[in-house]
Amino acid sequence: MVNWEYSESVESQEIVNIKEKYQNFINGKFQQPNSKKYINTISPSTEEVLSKIVISNEKDVDNAVQSAQLGFEKWSNTSPHERSKHLFKLARLIQERSREFAVLESMDGGKPIKESRDFDLPQVAANFFYFAGWADKIDLSWGAKSLKPHGVVGQIIPWNFPLLMLAWKVAPALATGNTVVLKPAETTSLTALLFAELCEQAGLPDGVVNIITGDGTTGSLIVNHKDINKIAFTGSTQVGKLIQKSLAGRDVGLTLELGGKAANIVYEDAAIDQAVEGVVNGIFFNQGHVCCAGSRLLLQESIHDEFVAKLEKRMQTLRVGNPLDKNTDIGAINSKEQLNKIEGLVNEGVSDGGKIFQTECELPGNGFWFKPTLFTDVQPSYSIAREEIFGPVLTTLTFRTPQEAVEIANNTEYGLSAGVWTEKGSKILWTADRLQAGVVWANTFNKFDPSSPFGGYKESGFGREGGRQGLLSYLKAES
Amino acid sequence: MNNKTAALGIKWEDILELVFDSRIDSVGLNERVDSLATRSIKKESKLDALNMIVSMCDLTTLEGEDTEGKISQMVAKAITPDPSNLDIKNVAAVCVYPSLVSIAKEKVGNSGVKVAAVSSYFPSGQVPMESKLLDTKYAIDSGADEIDIVINRKAFLEGDYRKVYDEIVALKEACGDVHLKTILEVGDLKTYENIRKASLISLAAGSDFIKTSTGKLSVGSSRQACYVMAKAVLDFKNLTGVSAGIKVAGGIRDSKDAIRYLVLINEEMGDEWLTPDLFRFGASSLLDDVLKQIKKLKTGAYQASYYFPRG
Repeated sequence: MVNWEYSESVESQEIVNIKEKYQNFINGKFQQPNSKKYINTISPSTEEVLSKIVISNEKDVDNAVQSAQLGFEKWSNTSPHERSKHLFKLARLIQERSREFAVLESMDGGKPIKESRDFDLPQVAANFFYFAGWADKIDLSWGAKSLKPHGVVGQIIPWNFPLLMLAWKVAPALATGNTVVLKPAETTSLTALLFAELCEQAGLPDGVVNIITGDGTTGSLIVNHKDINKIAFTGSTQVGKLIQKSLAGRDVGLTLELGGKAANIVYEDAAIDQAVEGVVNGIFFNQGHVCCAGSRLLLQESIHDEFVAKLEKRMQTLRVGNPLDKNTDIGAINSKEQLNKIEGLVNEGVSDGGKIFQTECELPGNGFWFKPTLFTDVQPSYSIAREEIFGPVLTTLTFRTPQEAVEIANNTEYGLSAGVWTEKGSKILWTADRLQAGVVWANTFNKFDPSSPFGGYKESGFGREGGRQGLLSYLKAES
Repeated sequence: MNNKTAALGIKWEDILELVFDSRIDSVGLNERVDSLATRSIKKESKLDALNMIVSMCDLTTLEGEDTEGKISQMVAKAITPDPSNLDIKNVAAVCVYPSLVSIAKEKVGNSGVKVAAVSSYFPSGQVPMESKLLDTKYAIDSGADEIDIVINRKAFLEGDYRKVYDEIVALKEACGDVHLKTILEVGDLKTYENIRKASLISLAAGSDFIKTSTGKLSVGSSRQACYVMAKAVLDFKNLTGVSAGIKVAGGIRDSKDAIRYLVLINEEMGDEWLTPDLFRFGASSLLDDVLKQIKKLKTGAYQASYYFPRG
């Protein structure tokens, strides 16, 4: 028999209960915002309007910060053991309601359900469990009671892993005794708002977690609020620089997790079939909306043709379509704006002289979609080899020797992550030592664990999230 | 050299180069195979899969207690797997010991069901080459359409790859046009590198199929082993242009597991491999589970085993 087509296997949306419009979550309850400005939040796979969220104004931000200040008085005096219990409770509730969160994440953000179900949600719960365990061990761990929470932390998170980035930010902040004002991205606020319900359900003290929606203007109001003690931002390098400028001269803590253009180096002595898989996972995971995506494939010249042939064949099997279909590998591009950016850079790549390969696949009529794309014949000077595309687009460069591989890999303003593929252990160590990147994966890619610190070199940011180092981002030394 | 290796035109040196170039990362491989297992096969695609599995089954009995009576029962089942649903066509083959080939051949008649015989002193293969050849020739003379041999694991594990190769070449020569399936016995080889090496040696020696296991060890087939063999078959095709088949056998007992093998073959090799000419299941208890699932999809009722005739 030929042409065995997988029938649709669509995850039911019934478990999700989306409100017609959302308020801000301040001081332990949803509150009528001062701002009258609402925007639609849509599903990027259907363009259907899911709900309305408010663009919070100065008064709303002020309310949230005040609530967090009041919350801080209680929370910082809550015993570490009690804080730990609250975090464990949140972790367990996330597990209990994980299917609901996963479906909502895929509807609102466009990522395939198999990823929100098998990656995002398990990681979200793992982060809360991990930092719940830390909450009552911090004093012991650094030997003296010299570390104090910042106070009110403003947290601004991106749209690529909406709930997971919330977990990366909220869990360590609460574990260390801070309170938060969190603003999700304007295209993906719904899971954060569902998390707010969870905070109510968990009986978290009022004012400890405050969630307000809005766009860049709201983000800037948070950054510039006089009573904010620390800002934690994940997003573009461009916005990161603006934040750093506005905070200059103020006693406000800052950690930035920004863009990337990671090199994925494949040596000729790699296990080729597994390297192909790793390269595919490195760039096409989450539609390539990943700051640490392996977006620059560095191939040793001797295996270029064989590798590219295998890679193109494998890419052809990627299933692009409805994010709620359990067999979908690549979902929708998060927004029209992002789709335009990807298309612009890809067109530049073609006119620069890059050779483009795109898989043959039918794209749905509505929604925002981009075919898995591979560029070969690319020179390091092309914009597709230098700029972060943040989409399902892989750029191939070649090298002759390990020295040259490292030079090309480091020839970028970014330094968030990198990958090395070889069966030779000594070569892995030699290469990893020389790569200027916060995370180096060897013979794998895109692996995360709450205990492993994550963060950038150069223009990819500073500060670490995750692990013991991640706690320090939310503490300051007091003599 | 046999007719097939002559036609392939590859030399021992070419094979050696491939064999010693076997690099597999087991962590990455396991991850890929696990991720393929999350495919959700429902509705029409499930029915298509179940029907494919029936058509790819080699219904097997390989016991000292096998008699003419047992073989007659099994052949009847092979021809008409479910008498209550005649839309379900015959299985691919029955697989028996050489001494039972002639009776099996007589019973299958012109039903389209092939007769496969295990030979070369299945399952251990621990006899001199002359005996393996005699065993094989006897099965062919009795009318076998297909021959399932075992590789010489003693020679393989001692590093004498040339001997493994030469034996398969000689056995294929004895087979002539009779279809040769070479059993690697992956449970003895243990590592993915070994499975890949044995696959390439067997393919280069002229095997038409490579097969995972005898079904006589506690470790039978695995999707991981099948994946390694699939990649070897593809690399061999790139080198020679020849598409070889894969048979998985040993421990595949339910439809869910069998469908996962089909997904693996479909996504790694392409749907041109989804035919009994290139993919088979060695099965005894698998078939009834597939029949039950087909009945369930058609009628909604999950029936007990006694609704399905014994094989």
